[in-house]
Amino acid sequence: MRITKDLVAASATPLVLGILAEGESYGYAILKQVNELSGGQLEWTDGLLYPLLHRLERLGHVDSAWETPPGGRRRKYYRITDQGRAELAEQRRQWAAVVDALRGVWSTTQSIKPIMAPAWEAGR
Amino acid sequence: MTVDRDNDLEGQITEWRAYMHRRRELHHTDAEELEDHLRSRITELTEAGLRADEAFLIAVKRMGSLDELSREFAREHSERLWKQLVLPREPDAPAAARSRRELLVMVLCAAVAALAIKVPGWFGLDMSGDDAGFYARNVSLFALPALAAYFAWQRRVGLRVIAVLALLFILGAVAANAYPLADDSQTTVLTAIHLPLALWLVVGVAYVGGDWRSDRRRMDFIRFTGEWLIYFSLIGLGGGVLMAFTMGTFRAIGLDAEGFVQSWLLPCGAMAAVIVSAWLVEAKQSVIENMAPVLTRVFTPLFAATLLAFLVAIIWTNNGIDVERDALILFDLLLVIVLGLLLYAISARDLAARPGLFDRLQLALVVSALIIDVMVLLAITGRITEWGFSPNKTAALGENVILLTNLAWSAWLFLGFVRGRMPFARLEHWQTRYMIVYAVWAWTVVLVFPPVFDFA
Repeated sequence: MRITKDLVAASATPLVLGILAEGESYGYAILKQVNELSGGQLEWTDGLLYPLLHRLERLGHVDSAWETPPGGRRRKYYRITDQGRAELAEQRRQWAAVVDALRGVWSTTQSIKPIMAPAWEAGR
Repeated sequence: MTVDRDNDLEGQITEWRAYMHRRRELHHTDAEELEDHLRSRITELTEAGLRADEAFLIAVKRMGSLDELSREFAREHSERLWKQLVLPREPDAPAAARSRRELLVMVLCAAVAALAIKVPGWFGLDMSGDDAGFYARNVSLFALPALAAYFAWQRRVGLRVIAVLALLFILGAVAANAYPLADDSQTTVLTAIHLPLALWLVVGVAYVGGDWRSDRRRMDFIRFTGEWLIYFSLIGLGGGVLMAFTMGTFRAIGLDAEGFVQSWLLPCGAMAAVIVSAWLVEAKQSVIENMAPVLTRVFTPLFAATLLAFLVAIIWTNNGIDVERDALILFDLLLVIVLGLLLYAISARDLAARPGLFDRLQLALVVSALIIDVMVLLAITGRITEWGFSPNKTAALGENVILLTNLAWSAWLFLGFVRGRMPFARLEHWQTRYMIVYAVWAWTVVLVFPPVFDFA
């Protein structure tokens, strides 16, 4: 199954903020975590994560710093700000509303289905 | 064998990095960040058993096409490449043909602007004589429609935007000419000052291709305005030299070129320069892009020092601001310059950079300007209570209140930013939003003031 581009784009911000809410991280690790969390179904083009991270930084949702771990490469770490946490909470409320609405729609369509099916067949 | 392969991989990564550096949209640190990502991916893949060159290929592929990547970066960091109107175009469009056509259209628009200022002359309106008031009121109506047309063509804006632009220009023309304004009345002077401002913001609508709700686009327009001013001044300086030579050399052979210079070269040249400067900003901006930020860097500390010295002098001598009219205008100009420095520094700033010494300096500049603005406001209120409302005083009062609001909130946001409490984007957002206030005010002065003050 491929998740469409629009859905990937819409879910990117809450996913990244949510991952950073757990603790600071860097681009590659964030990407791997997204991959794991979605069971491999959410696949981003690697590079596109970085413009997103930069945008979140510009908006003040995350902070970044270059760090050099002992014996490692220089690497840019991101961490969430208080404002980012507030944004995450807000996004979470919005997503919850969307999911609720979808759940409602699916339960009604299921109950309609047996009545609707013969009507379509009769129409043909 | 493995050593060879490692060298190979390093070579490939170096080459890939060279490709990245060729992209103006990607900064050095971005490339470094992406390289770290690439290396992490390669390590993982080789650990899973792939050969280094295979791992490299897959890692690069997973990164996505460099075109798409740099487009995303350009979108996010439009300040790096604020000629981002290149973006929607195809990367491989026949650039040479386009720039030739662009040059042609620019020359055409410049010619229209240059001729437009001569048209009233054919109907007997003398530029240097009795009709100076007419030219003063209408000066912005000769060049700015042509400039808006140039941008409208270049941005391929829709018919609705064109209609709005045309309507606003007609409204401006009506306001400048339909009111029975005497040439020496205060409202004529006010219209002459405010109509160019109002129409410049209309040009802004064309500049952003009708997308005037976008904050980033508005910031681009602010940036454009700063660069345009620099180019226009440079062309003006060059034009002055040209005129001096024209008059001097012709006088040497016994011909008087002064009439030609005054009635053709100066007015037509100035109008055409409006368009040419805009075209230069668009076409050559990467050359001078570093110039304007440098100028703000130089003048922000100097202006901050001057204002602080002035405040100290006021406290030291215990003098209030002299309520002379000319002095008040001088202070208004000073505040506008401070605002210009602030705006330009904001537009040229790397948004992600941390607050530094320069930001503190700027905060000092804004706060001292704020204090001076309050004193000017007190002086104006004093004049109004003493002499009553006049068009000039009302306009000055309104402008100072508008500037005061902007400076006060800017200072607050700056303080939050310097203390690390707020992202810089808030300040940018505030300034771009505030442009609406300028537009509303400029149009109010042009349209409402003359009838309200009985065309005084």
